Amino acid sequence: MPDNSAIAHGAQESVSAANNANGANSAHPEHPPYLRHHFESVEQQADTTNFAMWLFLLTEVMFFGGLFTAYLIYRNWYYPAFVAGSHQLNVIWGTLNTVVLIGSSFTMAMGVWCAETRRRRGLVLSLSLTFVLGLCFLGIKSIEYHEKWEKHHVPGAHYSLQSFVDPQSDPEVFKEYHDKALMPDMARHTEIYFSLYFAMTGMHALHMIIGIGILAFMIYRARAGAYTSGHVTFVENFGLYWHFVDIIWIYLFALLYLISRHQ
Amino acid sequence: MNNDNNTIIDLPDQATARIPQPNFISKENGLMSWLLTGDHKRIAILYLISITFFFFIGGALAGLIRLELLTPQADLMATDTYNKVFTMHGIIMIFLFLVPSVPATLGNFFIPMMIGAKDLALPKVNLLSWYLYMTGGILALYAMITGGVDTGWTFTTPLSTHYVNTNVITTGFAIFVAGFSSIFTGLNFIVTIHKMRAPGMTWFRLPLFVWAHYAASILMVLGTPVLAIAIVLVMLERAFGIGVFDPAKGGDPLLFQHLFWFYSHPAVYIMILPGMGVISEVISTFSRKRIFGYTAVAFSSVAIAVFGFFVWAHHMFIMGISNYAVLVFSLLTMLVAVPSAIKIFNWTFTLYKGSITFETPMLYAFGFMGLFTIGGMTGVFLGASGTDIHLTETYFIVAHFHFVMVGGMLMAFLAGIHFWWPKMTGRMYPEKISQLAAVVTFIGFNLTFFPQFILGVLGMPRRYASYPPEFQVLNVFSTAGATILGVGYLLPVLYLIWSLKYGAIAGSNPWQATGLEWQTQSPPLTENFVVMPVMDHEAYDYEWLESQKAKEVASAG
Amino acid sequence: MSEETKHAEQEHHIVGPGVYVVIFLALLVGTALTVWASFLELGPWNPIIALAIATAKATLVVLFFMHVKYSTKLTKLTVFAGIFTFMILVSMTLADYISRAWGSW
Repeated sequence: MPDNSAIAHGAQESVSAANNANGANSAHPEHPPYLRHHFESVEQQADTTNFAMWLFLLTEVMFFGGLFTAYLIYRNWYYPAFVAGSHQLNVIWGTLNTVVLIGSSFTMAMGVWCAETRRRRGLVLSLSLTFVLGLCFLGIKSIEYHEKWEKHHVPGAHYSLQSFVDPQSDPEVFKEYHDKALMPDMARHTEIYFSLYFAMTGMHALHMIIGIGILAFMIYRARAGAYTSGHVTFVENFGLYWHFVDIIWIYLFALLYLISRHQ
Repeated sequence: MNNDNNTIIDLPDQATARIPQPNFISKENGLMSWLLTGDHKRIAILYLISITFFFFIGGALAGLIRLELLTPQADLMATDTYNKVFTMHGIIMIFLFLVPSVPATLGNFFIPMMIGAKDLALPKVNLLSWYLYMTGGILALYAMITGGVDTGWTFTTPLSTHYVNTNVITTGFAIFVAGFSSIFTGLNFIVTIHKMRAPGMTWFRLPLFVWAHYAASILMVLGTPVLAIAIVLVMLERAFGIGVFDPAKGGDPLLFQHLFWFYSHPAVYIMILPGMGVISEVISTFSRKRIFGYTAVAFSSVAIAVFGFFVWAHHMFIMGISNYAVLVFSLLTMLVAVPSAIKIFNWTFTLYKGSITFETPMLYAFGFMGLFTIGGMTGVFLGASGTDIHLTETYFIVAHFHFVMVGGMLMAFLAGIHFWWPKMTGRMYPEKISQLAAVVTFIGFNLTFFPQFILGVLGMPRRYASYPPEFQVLNVFSTAGATILGVGYLLPVLYLIWSLKYGAIAGSNPWQATGLEWQTQSPPLTENFVVMPVMDHEAYDYEWLESQKAKEVASAG
Repeated sequence: MSEETKHAEQEHHIVGPGVYVVIFLALLVGTALTVWASFLELGPWNPIIALAIATAKATLVVLFFMHVKYSTKLTKLTVFAGIFTFMILVSMTLADYISRAWGSW
């Protein structure tokens, strides 16, 4: 809760705001231009928007939570199908993507530090690196998706059980894991694995795309010095979002790619 | 000054009173100033107009249902059409009326004022909420007009994913969008209540209306996203056949129900908690007494929110969950009834030795207490899995939820609209006709829905256009009641609109109520307060109110 | 501006690059560890170890990259509320599925 001196200041503020036509975002002598008039102080505004972003992340936790629940149930029921499906994912691409995304979290955190310490060029560099790493991630993901499409592992009309009822028809994967052939009914359940794979990584990728779009906007504004003159909340709150997307991937990687890679 | 013992209404001298200028309505003119507003009060009015619009569409659909059920045969419309009618009735009434009713109108309008803030924390997000609501609503109407959806509002799989040919995806998407409206409203409220309280406004000095909205907002933020993902999965299943709910591919249709009810049970608390907040305010004001057990009522709101997350599978007792799950969820359901009962007891104890008057908001509040108690008790009957096996999917369920939602929530909404109408518009509504409307509504409601309890026990199933002829008499009573109920709902629309031009000037505190919103002009200024208030007294402090009045009289003289 | 210095001192512990580098390296180590562990035959422990390492990594991101270690009680409570609700969804739903296999009674 704001302390009383800020409120006394705010009281004068609101009187002048009441008298101010339309309450436009012009700079008054008492406060910076980015302070919105329904807030009493910059601190309250920063505090409030930060809390709001955390609450939004809670909604994202519950949104992905539904998918994780579905995943855990079906992995429990159809473990052999999930193992076979997971072997179809390239662990090198997956690990590389994980490293890329963790790296982008690092550069994003550095960006927040640059904004806080008013390093404009450092901020632009950090955001640009984050942007590039984000694009890398999506690039690798699209390579993986394309491969799945080629092998008819995308759920729907063109889904094929070939690789699972007859593993030797898929030499690259067979070479690595020597999977036994699945019974047809268990093989059919691999489609659920891939449904969840595409739903979860697809939803994650959608969040990445949105994040990258916002990053582009932020780089443009950062170059103009918008975030390095004391108003860091936008960068901070975006950072929270970006780290959250990273955390989702950390779990997706462990659950989807690393089911059981041992021979 | 009104010394009449039968009412607490205290209006200014009508000969000299004027609507204060400027106020938030007159401050700016033009459609764009409303459509692009950040003012929480204007957004509340936008919501009020839209939900009333959707309410009457939902009501018309209800009229069609009751018309069909006048006769045992499915003779008014094809059974498929009947399925579409009750589905759309449910979707519109729940997602487009009940969920936003009190929070988006009264909550939006009054939470900032009650805590002493100039606006909600995120005004642009508030406006976005309304646009999302309108988008969802229009999409739902579009789905209805272009063929409708007939799965029931519950979208149960695999019916909705594999067996019907109707606009499931469009409607699902409409609800998905409207759901985000709800999420953002809840998010805004939580942030506002935590961060924007005026100095001296501690948590335990907040009006219980605010506590109720805080609890409901927690549910909105944590529960609605799960509905969103459930809908997304249904859409993917329908569009691409991904198999997640398809038994042929190894999917479990019951998974949808787990995800759906994980939201939809807390949703009923999202709907009722704000109404309970209204009732706290109304009962206190019209008994001139502090709410008995303020702390208990405040904590019970939060308890309802928390426990509400633990009971969802009581909607699934007969669906194929394990007997152990049935046992656990049934036990937990018994627990969740306790905080609601605590509220009813506390309101009753508030009335005891209070100075009670029977203005329209209080009539609705009394209606609420009786009807919600009946509805809530029948919920306990249903929570016991043994009885639920016989009563589920019958009209007993229909009666139960209409008692809590219509007898409870809708009456609370009307109580709130009447209670705060003078504050929002500066005008009083006509008291006599509004009391008549309240009584008509109460009679109509009981005639409509009480027979449905009996029908349910006798075994009439829900969601059927036809029924065995021995159930006709009770159905005719129910339809007759529905007609009366319709009149009861139509009257307020008419006289409230009338009052905008011809109602008495209300002044700032016609009810002599406590609460910061009553210490400002009616209608309020755009920025709510000229000078930030400092809260130096407890909630519902009628002695403080008296001392304020004494000061006023002293200084005027 | 007195507002801004208060802002900088009270709530705004600025986390420096040193911390970030350490955490980043720890996350890379965790990634290597979890990939390596997935190639070992550990029976029922495989998923447990994978999830444990993932949770450890996530905890580091939450505490340090997202500054929760230096945040107010409210922020910490908010994070907890999210995790708690997610656990309720997962555990109570899974409880139904697992207990179905136990037979009728």
